Amino acid sequence: MTPSTADAAIHAEGLVKHFGDVKAVDGLDLTVPYGTVVGLLGPNGAGKTTTVRILATLLRADAGHATVAGIDVASKPDAVRRSIGLTGQYAAIDEYLTGRENLDMVGRLYHLPSAYVKKRADELLERFALSDAADRPAKTYSGGMRRRLDLSASLMATPAILFLDEPTTGLDPRSRLQMWEVINDLVADGTTVLLTTQYLEEADQLAQDIVVIDRGKVIAHGTSDELKTQVGGDRLEIVVTAGSELGAAAASLRAVSDGDATIDDDTRRVTAPVSGGSTVLVDAVRSLDAAGIKIDDLVLRRPTLDDVFLTLTGHAAEEVAAPAPTTGRRRGRKEA
Amino acid sequence: MASITAPTVAMQPKSRPAIGWLLHDGMVVAKRNLIQTVRVPEAIFFSLVQPVIFVLMFAYVFGGAIPIPGADPDAGAQAYREFLVPGIFGQTVAFAAASSTVGLAEDLHKGIIDRFRSLPMAPGAVLFGRTAADALRQILVLVVLSLTGLVVGWRIHNGALSAIGAYALLVLFAYTVAWVGAWVGLHMPNPETASTAGLIWIFPLTFLSNAFVPLAGMPPVIKTIAEWNPVSSLCLACRELFGNPTGEPPGGWNVWSLDHAALYTVLSCVVVIAIFSALAVRTYRRSTG
Ligand SMILES: Nc1ncnc2c1ncn2[C@@H]1O[C@H](COP(=O)(O)OP(=O)(O)O)[C@@H](O)[C@H]1O
Ligand SMILES: [Mg+2]
Repeated sequence: MTPSTADAAIHAEGLVKHFGDVKAVDGLDLTVPYGTVVGLLGPNGAGKTTTVRILATLLRADAGHATVAGIDVASKPDAVRRSIGLTGQYAAIDEYLTGRENLDMVGRLYHLPSAYVKKRADELLERFALSDAADRPAKTYSGGMRRRLDLSASLMATPAILFLDEPTTGLDPRSRLQMWEVINDLVADGTTVLLTTQYLEEADQLAQDIVVIDRGKVIAHGTSDELKTQVGGDRLEIVVTAGSELGAAAASLRAVSDGDATIDDDTRRVTAPVSGGSTVLVDAVRSLDAAGIKIDDLVLRRPTLDDVFLTLTGHAAEEVAAPAPTTGRRRGRKEA
Repeated sequence: MASITAPTVAMQPKSRPAIGWLLHDGMVVAKRNLIQTVRVPEAIFFSLVQPVIFVLMFAYVFGGAIPIPGADPDAGAQAYREFLVPGIFGQTVAFAAASSTVGLAEDLHKGIIDRFRSLPMAPGAVLFGRTAADALRQILVLVVLSLTGLVVGWRIHNGALSAIGAYALLVLFAYTVAWVGAWVGLHMPNPETASTAGLIWIFPLTFLSNAFVPLAGMPPVIKTIAEWNPVSSLCLACRELFGNPTGEPPGGWNVWSLDHAALYTVLSCVVVIAIFSALAVRTYRRSTG
């Protein structure tokens, strides 16, 4: 991701934000080109929400500089707000209002014409499968429905740039898939998205570019594939039927692998570094077959983003999930 | 899922001067808060229970025991009831501050404030909408209380125009304390604290006044505080406007705030609104960003 920064949808340089002694964001750089989805991936407490809040004008950075849609977030927050939508980690909707009333309120506060507000609300309710529940207080909505309503509210003014802070955290698998579908649709329509997640799988699914952050710093970025390569490439693993053939199997794999194979006697497993994707599998099968070696199993292992995280930070992503302290200050929120 | 129509000319934001937007956005937020009232009728019901109980309890339990200076001695408990009901009005509207405090603390605690903050809406509209809704809600409360008053023998003696003046003063006062309540609510760490510690100041405000008892019998220092307490001038102004016993001692009030009760009340409201709206808007902008 090295586009020219001038025409980036989101550009941040050296962002710093302290909360007392905690350095929530610690010199963060970020560029999101128009029309792309960038995933901000990091464990709980990494500084994702703080970063999004700074970019969405909800928080002022202590240092650094950021533009959204080419507009400085610190000096012209109102102008930025006209081009962005924000769906926070906690659904920012009014529970006592119906879904439709929520959208109506938000549309009016965007200062959109009433006729447009009405039409747009209907459209979004329909799109997000909320039409049936549109006239019920949001209090009665499920978690997934609340998130979709929250997202609809963010979309009332058809923002070019959308911030999604952990859009699926706390959702059941079905709602999560629904949310992914919705996000992919938005991106297909040309919306630029900065999305944060703790789920490696989610970043992999939704984002072209992934920025891995830990303790307020960017520790890696690239496409999912680039990150995986950084950790080490693909590996071919075979399990032979007879332990006596392990040596022969390793030898015959040499023809297709990039380096020496390693042998594990206990599991009758041979592992070899490879490249070239799935054609390697075909070549390996031919080679083993030619040597007359019988196998029980054969897989091409690609490193997961979990591996990436472990390699980059020395700790697994989800393990560190310390409860986000909601101390002292006012922002002790509860999960909606 | 249906596709979304591309932005069209029809969605261009409307243009309007800043003060116009503040009013517009304030009204949108006020509407939201009033819808909440309708959706949670329990809240308004319970906010009515206390003043209604006060009317009944003071009227029937203490009624005969509290003499009202200047009232017809033969009127007895009836004079006290007519004295009391405008006092309960004053005390009740002072509690409009409570819903501002608790309501704002709840909004801050939930994600909804982030929604407001990420919108290009007028800064302060959340507070203007909140205080306006809390004042407007008091109209309903005053209707119910007036009916209760009529049941216990309270009457309007000076005609509709004066009565409307009294109700207008009460709503203005509600709007005023709502601003103080909003400012307090912005400093509350959570809704629980807001609904306890955040409301404490309202009790001395209403009890150190002539709302329930005439000033005449109060010890000197308390009496001076009560004389300058705008709740006293509010209650007195209402009693005068409704034509109820005022509890004025034979020698007169001899204090400016009570000699010009309506004027003093309006002035206090204007000053307090000016100060606390400025403070609250500043705190709101700071605490949320
Ligand atoms: N309002 C706040 N007051 C104090 N500390 C905060 C506040 N917001 C966030 N933090 C701290 O800053 C760090 C980053 O938090 P956050 O940005 O919420 O991380 P993430 O969204 O990645 O979980 C955490 O250590 C968190 O406790
Ligand atoms: Mg977060």
